[in-house]
Amino acid sequence: MLVLTRKQDEAIQLGEDIEIKVLAIEGDQIKLGIDAPKSVDIYRREIYLDIKEQNNEAANVSSDLLELLKENKE
Amino acid sequence: MHLHTKYLGEVEIDASKIIQFPVGLPGFIDETEFALVDFPDNPIFQVLQSVKSVNTAFIVTNPYHFYHDYSFELDDSIVESLEVKSEKDVMVVTIVTLKNPFNTSTLNLKAPVIINPSSKQGKQYILNMDNIPAKAPISPGNHLKAGGE
Repeated sequence: MLVLTRKQDEAIQLGEDIEIKVLAIEGDQIKLGIDAPKSVDIYRREIYLDIKEQNNEAANVSSDLLELLKENKE
Repeated sequence: MHLHTKYLGEVEIDASKIIQFPVGLPGFIDETEFALVDFPDNPIFQVLQSVKSVNTAFIVTNPYHFYHDYSFELDDSIVESLEVKSEKDVMVVTIVTLKNPFNTSTLNLKAPVIINPSSKQGKQYILNMDNIPAKAPISPGNHLKAGGE
């Protein structure tokens, strides 16, 4: 992993068009501003991992559980 | 065309109904084409089946059937990537994590799948809202009806 030290208002450039800037440092929290093309999805990592895990779980339903859908018609 | 599905065997679908997911779904980034297949035994649910991998399929449902006041806003980037021009271009489905017993199943309201039926583009949209759960009970208030639990 590349490790860079930055101060407030300094930034990191990723490739041509992504900029990550340290906007504020407040105690143990750092506020980052991210400038990236709209096609780049930006998430809080823990939320992304949570959704990934949830998708994996949802995709791992065994076929016999499908019987439940037949039984639970509204 | 014939589509091999995980849950429904081989089904016949209209090739024009295939939806493109250019970035896949989190955890499934290589799955870029899906078809929505009706679940014959229960009209409330559908299967979002990957065209490429027969084993990649999600059970999905209309979240508004279960949560009447579910709402969120689409940001510019998804409006642009799905080529959304009007409300008619937005179809929302929610991935179901099916569990036994059925009423312990959950709906992923935090990351709805947004599909534009006109442009045939789709994307799983992760909401930046802390109050919307990724594991919402499929039967809100079911425990109230059940009484003893």
